[in-house]
Amino acid sequence: MELKEVTKTEGTMDIQDILKPENLVYQKTKLLTDTPMHYCPGCSHGVVHKILAELIDEMGIQERSIGVAPVGCAVFAYNYIDIDWQEAAHGRAPAVATGISRVNPDAFVFTYQGDGDLASIGAAEIMHACNRGENILVVFINNGIYGMTGGQMAPTTLEGMVTATTPYGRNTDLNGYPMRITNLIAQLPGTSYVTRQAVHTAGGVRKCKRALKKAIQNVLDKKGTSFVEVVSTCNSGWKMSPVASNKWMEENMIPYYPLGDMKDSVKGEHSEN
Amino acid sequence: MARVIGAVVVDKEECKGCSVCVEACPHDVLALHFEVNSKGYHYSYMKSPEACVGCANCGVVCPDTCITVYRTKAS
Ligand SMILES: Cc1ncc(C[n+]2csc(CCOP(=O)(O)OP(=O)(O)O)c2C)c(N)n1
Ligand code: SF4
Ligand code: SF4
Ligand code: SF4
Ligand SMILES: [Mg+2]
Repeated sequence: MELKEVTKTEGTMDIQDILKPENLVYQKTKLLTDTPMHYCPGCSHGVVHKILAELIDEMGIQERSIGVAPVGCAVFAYNYIDIDWQEAAHGRAPAVATGISRVNPDAFVFTYQGDGDLASIGAAEIMHACNRGENILVVFINNGIYGMTGGQMAPTTLEGMVTATTPYGRNTDLNGYPMRITNLIAQLPGTSYVTRQAVHTAGGVRKCKRALKKAIQNVLDKKGTSFVEVVSTCNSGWKMSPVASNKWMEENMIPYYPLGDMKDSVKGEHSEN
Repeated sequence: MARVIGAVVVDKEECKGCSVCVEACPHDVLALHFEVNSKGYHYSYMKSPEACVGCANCGVVCPDTCITVYRTKAS
């Protein structure tokens, strides 16, 4: 950073006078480790990791938190947030989290899963964990693609979207329709809070953080399954710059996966949406 | 009248040059530097520091959490 003198119309203030501990308004939470994240530049995974780490710190639950990492780009999530973790086989995080939560009823247990992991190979596990109302949080990163393995079609890939396995774009006759799995999950009586968020703008990040906070509180209050989808980007898989990916997501993903709460209820009640 | 004034510090070695913070800044304070860090990324820096209000939008959107934000009132 360049240490220039900052001149204001009201007076002059040296930058060193601003950079003082008492003026600090935002810094990296201590719950994030010093390990540099392996994610591609601009990837949504890093933002979601960060707000989860901030919340676990702010809510004072580091010692009670147990994450279950997926197979997918977030496979190394356990290197970045300083809590206890368990790695699950592909798609099986909700089953592993079920066991952990049942033997540690006072723990805050969550899964962190991509759309390939959750909506494809793990579709059965997520449906049944949510239907049983396991007392866990599910964080669902929907970037419409299999990021880790080189950009193959996921159940969530949009119609017409080009991926490594749909080089002419997803054809619904051949490949079926993009799956709004979160809407299906909102229908299950085991879920208490189901919402869809995004983290491509500062306002979106702040909203997503409020949603995650509520979802975590629900788990602490033993209200059943809370499910937070984050509509995300995979700029490498989409073959766009990070900034262009955010724009593409806003113009294409969000109209199909609209943001907002789908259910805010208690376990045992059917959703009205 | 006092007005809000801010400054940010970018951890330039951690920065991956994704430009998401540049896009998120409402006052066009940030830009990617023409120099690169040891990983080869054009890191973000305060190109127009006098325009910063310390809103922290840049820090909030950074996937690698490399921005620390300060805010005070100008005297
Ligand atoms: C049993 C099994 N089948 C297939 C794979 C290969 N595989 C690894 S990650 C992945 C998909 C990941 O996509 P997603 O869950 O959307 O995560 P992203 O990388 O996009 O965050 C697949 C199919 C595997 N590791 N294990
Ligand atoms: S491949 Fe996609 S999901 Fe994986 S780290 Fe890169 S941008 Fe993120
Ligand atoms: S704190 Fe706000 S005004 Fe200052 S650089 Fe960051 S986004 Fe821009
Ligand atoms: S958002 Fe973070 S990683 Fe991306 S350019 Fe800005 S400071 Fe660097
Ligand atoms: Mg994915």
